[in-house]
Amino acid sequence: MNIGSSFGRITALILRYLYLLRSSWPRIIEIAYWPTMQMVIWGFVSQHFSSSSPELTAGGILISVVLVWDCLFRSHISYTLSFLEELWSRNLGNLFVSPLRPNELIAALASISMMRTLIGMLPAALLAIPFFNVSVFDMGLPLLGFFLNLVLTGWAISQFVTGILIRYGLGAESLTWVLPFLIAPFSCIYYPLSTLPQWMQSVAVFVPTTYVFEGMRALLIDGIFRADLMLQAVALNFAFLAFGLFAFFISFQAARRHGLLLQSGE
Amino acid sequence: MNIILQTENLTKLFSTVLAVDSLSFGLEQGTITALLGGNGAGKTTTLSMLLGLIEPSSGSINLFGQDFIKNRYSVLGRMNFSSPYVDLPQRLTVRENLTVYAKLYGVKNVRERIALVSEEFRLSELLDRRVRKLSSGQKTRVSLAKAMINRPDFLLLDEPTASLDPDTTAWIRDFLMKYRDEQGATILFASHDMREVELLCDEVLLMRRGKLVEKGSPEALLRKHDRDNLEQVFLDVSRDGGSS
Repeated sequence: MNIGSSFGRITALILRYLYLLRSSWPRIIEIAYWPTMQMVIWGFVSQHFSSSSPELTAGGILISVVLVWDCLFRSHISYTLSFLEELWSRNLGNLFVSPLRPNELIAALASISMMRTLIGMLPAALLAIPFFNVSVFDMGLPLLGFFLNLVLTGWAISQFVTGILIRYGLGAESLTWVLPFLIAPFSCIYYPLSTLPQWMQSVAVFVPTTYVFEGMRALLIDGIFRADLMLQAVALNFAFLAFGLFAFFISFQAARRHGLLLQSGE
Repeated sequence: MNIILQTENLTKLFSTVLAVDSLSFGLEQGTITALLGGNGAGKTTTLSMLLGLIEPSSGSINLFGQDFIKNRYSVLGRMNFSSPYVDLPQRLTVRENLTVYAKLYGVKNVRERIALVSEEFRLSELLDRRVRKLSSGQKTRVSLAKAMINRPDFLLLDEPTASLDPDTTAWIRDFLMKYRDEQGATILFASHDMREVELLCDEVLLMRRGKLVEKGSPEALLRKHDRDNLEQVFLDVSRDGGSS
């Protein structure tokens, strides 16, 4: 495979999604709208708790975890919605008769997901500073690690969901919205791992996001950066990504066997 | 004689339905061939296998001297496809769509190429209009322009003149013949328009229930069936099963 040609095809597809974004200003606003609204609502909740239960809001933890969790949701939604655009516009057949390879489609979707996540999250993170005096950027370099880990988890879920979509079509569209929330209770976003009942803890230790939020609490409340938690999150994310990719490629092969690529979207 | 495509015993089984049954045929470079057959004859499945969208159950496809089933990405850049049943992104303009596909196919000098195909397909005035705002005939022309963006050596078309007015249909027909003559391109298309097939094709492949039942030039088929037009031949074959 020629790397230059492959890069050209990936940028062609990124261009396609940027054209789409450019074609509708409400879409651009929407990307930043929801994270900002989340931040505002949780900011007031945080202010309310800061007087009655200050331990819940120490170090701006509540707003920070809300913002960081949204990175996972936004990265997943941005990836999957871009793929859904191909199904809605019945364009998948045109794409796959071109020299575009499935791994190039994945690279393009991941790139546009990263762009949309940053467009969505940066305004919310920046507005939290003047509104609630909370800056996630105070976490320093570890923030980048937390962010990338959550984006990776989002992509792993997306790869699984797009695999299902390619195999079962738009009938499975609701999975896009539902699946990220399946791991939310196990991710210990707002509470420590010890809060969960034993059986849920046994599951949570296999979820990469658990280590991200445990690590964030250690950093924001105790002022300690736990490299061990970060590494566990990275390792589990690689396992999640491998599973997501496996599911996608298995589904893609099944779609080719069953002749679903031309019919997708109908 | 330069055979660019050769299928041998190409078969597709969807669970218990045999959609394509031991299809063997070759296409010469620089020819236009029609793939005919009634609904469910296996035309779309055959085209999809030749495009890499469907994995054959068995058999082989040799395209440009390569094993297409194992190595399709090395030849997909020399092919293209158009079908009124596969849309281009509706929210993008014609120019944006052509730009994306030109880059996907690795076309050099994208702007010049788009200017040329848009002129060839009478799309210059429509370049900055969104695809969803176009009439169905205009969309068909955009889809054909997309199919020509990489100057394919092998062009597969599914009902290329569907929803076009007679004038544009005649123009597309002339364009395809000129393209074949000037580029030495090979064109395979599925159609239900028998008059178009008679005017355009060097050869006809007639399918029935997944099998290839007739193969030959339009003139040879008319002679063989002692008929005046291909529609009568089509009806004979579709109802009786043909001769082979």
